Amino acid sequence: MKKILISLAAVSALFIGAAAYAEEAGKAGEASHEANPTHFPIHKPKEMSWSFAGPFGTYDKAQLQRGLKVYKEVCSACHSMKLVAFRTLSDLGYSEAQVKAFAAGYTVQDGPNDAGEMFERPGIASDHFPSPYPNDQAAAAANGGAVPPDMSLLAKARGVERGFPQFIIDIFTQYAENGPDYIHSLLTGYDEQPPAGMTIPEGTHYNPYFNAGVSLKMPKPISADQVTYDDGAPQTVEQYSEDVSAFLMWAAEPHLEDRKKTGFRVIVFLLLFSVLMYLTKRKVWSNIAH
Amino acid sequence: MSEGHSTYTPKTGIGRWFDARMPLPRLVYDSFIAYPVPRNLNYMWTFGGILSIMLVSQILTGIVLAMHYVSDTSLAFGSVEKIMRDVNQGWLLRYMHSNGASFFFIAVYLHIFRGLYYGSYKAPRELLWILGCIIYLLMMATGFMGYVLPWGQMSFWGATVITGFFTAIPVVGNWIQELLLGGFAVDNPTLNRFFALHYLLPFMIAGVVVLHVWALHVVGQSNPTGIEVKSKTDTVAFTPYATIKDALGMVVFLLFFAYFIFYIPNYLGHPDNYIVADPLKTPAHIVPEWYFLPFYAILRAITFNIGPIDSKLGGVLAMFGAIAMLFLVPWLDTSKVRSAVYRPWYKLFFWLFVANAILLGWLGSRPAEGAYVLMAQMATLFYFAFFLVILPVLGLIETPRRLPNSITEAVLEKNKGGSGHPAGATASPETKG
Repeated sequence: MKKILISLAAVSALFIGAAAYAEEAGKAGEASHEANPTHFPIHKPKEMSWSFAGPFGTYDKAQLQRGLKVYKEVCSACHSMKLVAFRTLSDLGYSEAQVKAFAAGYTVQDGPNDAGEMFERPGIASDHFPSPYPNDQAAAAANGGAVPPDMSLLAKARGVERGFPQFIIDIFTQYAENGPDYIHSLLTGYDEQPPAGMTIPEGTHYNPYFNAGVSLKMPKPISADQVTYDDGAPQTVEQYSEDVSAFLMWAAEPHLEDRKKTGFRVIVFLLLFSVLMYLTKRKVWSNIAH
Repeated sequence: MSEGHSTYTPKTGIGRWFDARMPLPRLVYDSFIAYPVPRNLNYMWTFGGILSIMLVSQILTGIVLAMHYVSDTSLAFGSVEKIMRDVNQGWLLRYMHSNGASFFFIAVYLHIFRGLYYGSYKAPRELLWILGCIIYLLMMATGFMGYVLPWGQMSFWGATVITGFFTAIPVVGNWIQELLLGGFAVDNPTLNRFFALHYLLPFMIAGVVVLHVWALHVVGQSNPTGIEVKSKTDTVAFTPYATIKDALGMVVFLLFFAYFIFYIPNYLGHPDNYIVADPLKTPAHIVPEWYFLPFYAILRAITFNIGPIDSKLGGVLAMFGAIAMLFLVPWLDTSKVRSAVYRPWYKLFFWLFVANAILLGWLGSRPAEGAYVLMAQMATLFYFAFFLVILPVLGLIETPRRLPNSITEAVLEKNKGGSGHPAGATASPETKG
């Protein structure tokens, strides 16, 4: 056993040494041109403390409701959320009647009817969020050539690489909030000024948290007091951004609470089972040298 | 089975009736109850059983997922999301299946490294080893095609890159690639044939697993000392001794598996695969699943032409060569001693090989630029040197440590020395495996 440990130690030492060498080598090339960065994002996302993080994480329903409001009043002007059905909004703490009323606030296209014509009707609970544009081409044309991404999975479709050794530590800390951290950092990153000498392409907006360049087509989407909260939460960009990031995490992973709850039961069961197995194994092997 | 003709008679009348017509009860009894296993097997020998349950788990979750999945480029991504959102416990099935693939590979890598460390591939177990290598190859094909099915960005671009390898083959390369794709680019025909093959291959794996287990039961298990079983005292019966040990190994393995499924289910995946495939938009870095990364690093390490072989073909040859090395191991290793326990130099090089493989995996995840390229080239060189130089040469020049006369002697020696307990006090856990 001791020998295995020593070998393992030697292995890790070697690996860490080599990895560290490569990291340093990588950084050396990067630091020289602040005005012409080659690796994005320029800043790593800010790590927030989310209510849904960790083994017992749950969604903060009030926060999700506020986030939904931000999505509805701000984001949904350009971003679709095709995979999310109104009926699932009951997860946010709304009653059936509230969900129906919310859905009815939207107009959706249906049909064809008996006369063979498409018609519009108020939304019902089983409808999905309607998209702001009829197709991707229309979306691109209205947004300077860039299609605003669908938001259903955004919180799982974005994640900045964590690097060594952080990606190993993440296993133990159960860090899985790359997406909301990224979205929140991006939304609150528009006020930072580009370093002197950096050229920002026309029609784009500098944001050091953007993961694919120095700037993006989306302008700063939200400012203070733009959305009215009824629960007294502060109407700041910071708060809006946190709320909508949490809401998007729910939209991307609606069964997160169920998953973590089930997980706890499974882990407890397996732990007990393994203890029993270990004791049985010891008993069975007790009279055999091995 | 290795003991020659079976003397087993079922206890019940129905059992005897069945056994006389088709000796299935006898086969089960001889294979999983009376089958003698070396008494000194450690927990590294539990991965065979673990791999079996992983295969069963993948097939079961996969069949249910296939009931909800639609293999059409315009519907595939949405159908997977429907599973995640609307199918009862669909999120669990899907996360079990996607993480299951990773854990299948974790287990198979530990199983392969076990074989390399203890020299399990040596005569008479060459065929057993090769059947294992075939299973590994089939697993790689299955894993690759499975990753394409959700039709995310990495699915599409991974498929484009990997099928592109085949165009490097002279004369027939383009033809093979078009046959694989069912067209000139990754599209609907590709998705459909990959789905069909992804459903087929696991059953082929199951078939080869049967052969693998059959071969194992003919030659018997190797063991940490690498000494063949010589007498009855060297072995114990499979049930209860190996069954309970395997069961413990499985439960502990499932603990790790469950941790990933329930707490960090997307840790081993790539965020880009939650973006629907777009043939007009190439991701910044195309990376395969983690379990292919060492081979991906080897592929990209060949950045130079070698005579008539250009760098592209060279990379593909190096990558397939890296896998081919495994098939040749039984004949590359010239040592008469099996186990690294008695081979101090081999033991050192084995651990260096492990470190190198991990390093290659990490380099595979880096962009191929700057210092990474040189490091990948050095690591690739060591990878091949391990098989082609170190294995053959070490066997000839290394002086192994003294081997015990038998497994029993090794066990008794171990229990006497070191732990400070009398030979009978085997209950002390620190002396185990």
